Amino acid sequence: MNKKDYKRLVDRYIKKPNYMHNIKVAFISGGLLGSICEIMYKLLIYLTPLSKVEASSLITFLMILITSFFTSIGIFDKFITKYRSGLIIPTTGFAHSVSSSLVDSKKEGLITGLGSNMFILAGSVVLYSTIAAFFLVIVKVIILCLV
Amino acid sequence: MLSLKFNNVYINDYDAIVGPNEIKGNTKNIKNVISDFYYDEKTFELAQIKMERNVIYNILKNNNLTNNNVDLIIGGDLSNQIACTSYSLDTFDISFLGMYGACSTFIESIIVASSLISNSNIKKAICLTANHNLVAERQFRYPVEYGALKNENATFTSTASVACLLSCKKGNIRVSKGTIGAVKKLGINDPNYVGAVMAPSCADAIYNHFINFNIKPNYYDLVLTGDLGSVGVSILKDYLKEEYNLDLKNIIDAGSKLYKTIEDINDGASGPATLPLYLFYNVLQNKKYKKILVVGTGALHSKTLVNQKEEIPSISHAIELEVLS
Repeated sequence: MNKKDYKRLVDRYIKKPNYMHNIKVAFISGGLLGSICEIMYKLLIYLTPLSKVEASSLITFLMILITSFFTSIGIFDKFITKYRSGLIIPTTGFAHSVSSSLVDSKKEGLITGLGSNMFILAGSVVLYSTIAAFFLVIVKVIILCLV
Repeated sequence: MLSLKFNNVYINDYDAIVGPNEIKGNTKNIKNVISDFYYDEKTFELAQIKMERNVIYNILKNNNLTNNNVDLIIGGDLSNQIACTSYSLDTFDISFLGMYGACSTFIESIIVASSLISNSNIKKAICLTANHNLVAERQFRYPVEYGALKNENATFTSTASVACLLSCKKGNIRVSKGTIGAVKKLGINDPNYVGAVMAPSCADAIYNHFINFNIKPNYYDLVLTGDLGSVGVSILKDYLKEEYNLDLKNIIDAGSKLYKTIEDINDGASGPATLPLYLFYNVLQNKKYKKILVVGTGALHSKTLVNQKEEIPSISHAIELEVLS
């Protein structure tokens, strides 16, 4: 049997992920989480003398803290399995990837373990978002010049 | 493909330590269970080392053996450089041969041990293997606490350590024949589809075993494969039919049968200890089958080569077991 025929055989049995279900669950869970953050943000602006920038920073900080805490006690990965990728949209995904890498390598030393493994998953996010930001700024400058 | 006949090789005893998920599965009479993945140790790797050490201790104790009575320990596991197995044996002072055949390691070890015993080079050997879910997760997949969604075709590495004692002393289970498989790859490069990766080499080993010994397909009461998973075993059946015109109805896959239903476990169990665990603590406990062909299947994948988009090779080895009473 050649590779092509074998691939056809394999495709007969491979289970395809239920994308529509995942999208629905992620849309609802991500939307709910975003709404909660938004409500907290508005409340902060109403009830405290914080500025908009300060309030949004505080909410982001809180989300990172909660995610890292849940990751460290070992339950955040179960949430994601249940509520899909909606949960990792508002900075929580980044915090989760960093803190899970940290938990994983805590026994392997500060330099060889924690230090070098901290961004093992998030490294790509840091690199490519920096590159994307660089090019977007160039686009923004060009558009502003034209206008 | 090389096939060997063994004279006077018997499995005299076996022992296992299993994790919390495996004890709830389709196994019977397992005495040693670890309640958590750390097994009172600091890291998962140390837990696996302790599991392997204790299994050997149990075998030695149950058979009144000392280090001097056992000629050789043969075995391996999934960790890089089979480190966990090597680290677990420093307290024994018994000759050791390390094996790596991914999830076919245990069958590979039995073939080597049987060959040495059959030729009267040694009298007693212990075959050992182990896998720990979280050691494998860290090495092959993501950090343990990272919530990556599992592919529905991916298998779940079980947590267990299994060892068996082989000797020329007559026992209930005889190892009579063995076939050493060849490395095979057929275009699959996704590590989530290990069942599809291993099916061709498994079919190859089964077919060549039948041809080399001139055996008819209905000779065996049971063909027990390693850890193809439920997808892999369906692919194997079709592949055997289309490629070799072999219609085997009595195939059971240990990986897809080990667990009942547990959350997060998609396509069955995997790992080198899965097959011996199901063989010793389910198939042989039933006493229903007299002639069994056991096929260990291993996906020989490396993270580096998978990232370089290379196809994943696989290997399978087969042994024939006769249950005498």
